[in-house]
Amino acid sequence: MRDGMVENRGAGHWFTHIGLTIGVLVIFFPIWLAFVASTVSQPEIVSPPMPLLPGDQFFENYRKALVSGVNAPVALMLANSLVMAVGIAVGKIVISLLSAFAIVYFRFPGRRLFFWLIFLTLMLPVEVRIVPTYEVVASFGMLNSYSGLIFPLIASATATFLFRQFFMTVPDELAEAARVDGARPMRFFWDILLPMSRTNIAALFVILFIYGWNQYLWPLLITTDPSMNTIVMGIKQMFPSGDDVADWPVIMATSILAMLPPVIVVVSMQKLFIRGLVDSEK
Amino acid sequence: MEKRVTFKGWLLPMLLLLPQVIITAVFFFYPAGQAVWQSLFIPDPFGLSSRFVGLGNFEYLLGDPYYRASFVTTAVFSGLVTLVSMGVALYLAVLADRLIKGSGTYRALLIWPYAVAPAVAGVLWMFMFNTRVGVVAWYLGLLGYDWNHVLNEGEAMGLVVVASAWGRISYNFLFFLAGLQAIPRSVIEAAAIDGARFWTRFRTIVWPLLSPTTFFLLVVNVVYAFFETFGVIHTITSGGPQQATTILVYKVFKDGFVGQDLGGSAAQSVILLVLVGLLTVVQFKFIERRVHY
Repeated sequence: MRDGMVENRGAGHWFTHIGLTIGVLVIFFPIWLAFVASTVSQPEIVSPPMPLLPGDQFFENYRKALVSGVNAPVALMLANSLVMAVGIAVGKIVISLLSAFAIVYFRFPGRRLFFWLIFLTLMLPVEVRIVPTYEVVASFGMLNSYSGLIFPLIASATATFLFRQFFMTVPDELAEAARVDGARPMRFFWDILLPMSRTNIAALFVILFIYGWNQYLWPLLITTDPSMNTIVMGIKQMFPSGDDVADWPVIMATSILAMLPPVIVVVSMQKLFIRGLVDSEK
Repeated sequence: MEKRVTFKGWLLPMLLLLPQVIITAVFFFYPAGQAVWQSLFIPDPFGLSSRFVGLGNFEYLLGDPYYRASFVTTAVFSGLVTLVSMGVALYLAVLADRLIKGSGTYRALLIWPYAVAPAVAGVLWMFMFNTRVGVVAWYLGLLGYDWNHVLNEGEAMGLVVVASAWGRISYNFLFFLAGLQAIPRSVIEAAAIDGARFWTRFRTIVWPLLSPTTFFLLVVNVVYAFFETFGVIHTITSGGPQQATTILVYKVFKDGFVGQDLGGSAAQSVILLVLVGLLTVVQFKFIERRVHY
């Protein structure tokens, strides 16, 4: 029962709505402004104040950004980001499912050691070990490559830990039954464990996709070739050095394009997203 | 926690672990080990050989006023980011929790800035406050305030704090709202019957019951401010003016890649590593406690 004397009515009720609406508007404002800037022409922006309502240059600006961009076509940067984000999400989920299965469902020498070694990686974000990681990737000739963008970022155990927690809650009877039926371990994994993990996998995919898409420092270091830039790191590269004036409409169109995919993922998969968020913080 | 039912064999589990072990060894343990190793050496100017200096790099760092200033900057920055993003989120969550229906709509409207990358958030805020074309800077000028975060250290800090906190409000709002909705109505209504006004109820009942959520968010937000705000700082201020917004992670990047001071940068990495370790211990201590709830 949510209604009672605690909720206020009348004037107080409206104050609550007004307060929330102001909050929503303030939070939206930067994005609205970026959108408006992506629909007007450069002269309208460089002679402040710029308009606060959209103009008529929408198609022109977005076409220019996608087809030619500044250093590289934004369409190409979008594709790079997509490969990186999907690669990180899928890669991390696959290796984590396998290793969590091994750790939970088998007894073998060194199992605890492996578990703790993997667990240690929870502690150290890539930002902390950038220089040596860069050297490793460079020595493999993986600069300006998708594998260089993806592998260092899947070397962490958050997902393994999560799947381990989930597998622990799977009833023992299922594995027992599979064993009695003479099913081999991988059969059990494919036919029972994997289907049961569907929701967890989907929720994790949403979180990892956003994580991968929004990477900045790592792509900045290892993609020196503009055609390998991801969109999130590519925006900053579109600003001219020195006193030249930035091409604001194109840059703002790129910013909108850069936030669109992860925002669509969050909004369309809200339930999974919230679940993934709560899961990954446990 | 152990499973009672397990499968036999050791070759299969080893094979299953192999991909993760290889990736972790090559891209995690080896680089982390290298960071520790390199922190003990100073390479010669030509990069041909390096000289063992023991803890020399650390001694130098801790005596370096710029590095010490960066510690203070990081503390101020993460404190402010945490305070601003959690404060705004709590305010909005308390409002949304007061609604009989419709809190779901506001939640849907408020969560998606989470998806905006810190670096993109940086570009958006930099655009609003740009000294030449920024709308907000221009209106501030009309009011007689001359905004210039390129020169003014305080304004630069303010801008990176707000830009970093902005995207984080969604996350905090989600957890605060969930925490508030988990508080039993009956407790609050009982207090209301006793005549406690909203503010008294909040101070004596809601806030204490919310403290596990608050503490959890505190740790998570500090970690965020430490490690995930590089994009905001790089896009808006590049650590300037002078060193005013050079947080520790930014300094590792600047000294290591721009300054090519490998030993010093590695030593900084090791110090950060210890800091992350401490934060993780705090987090786990707390999670252990939360399990008992």
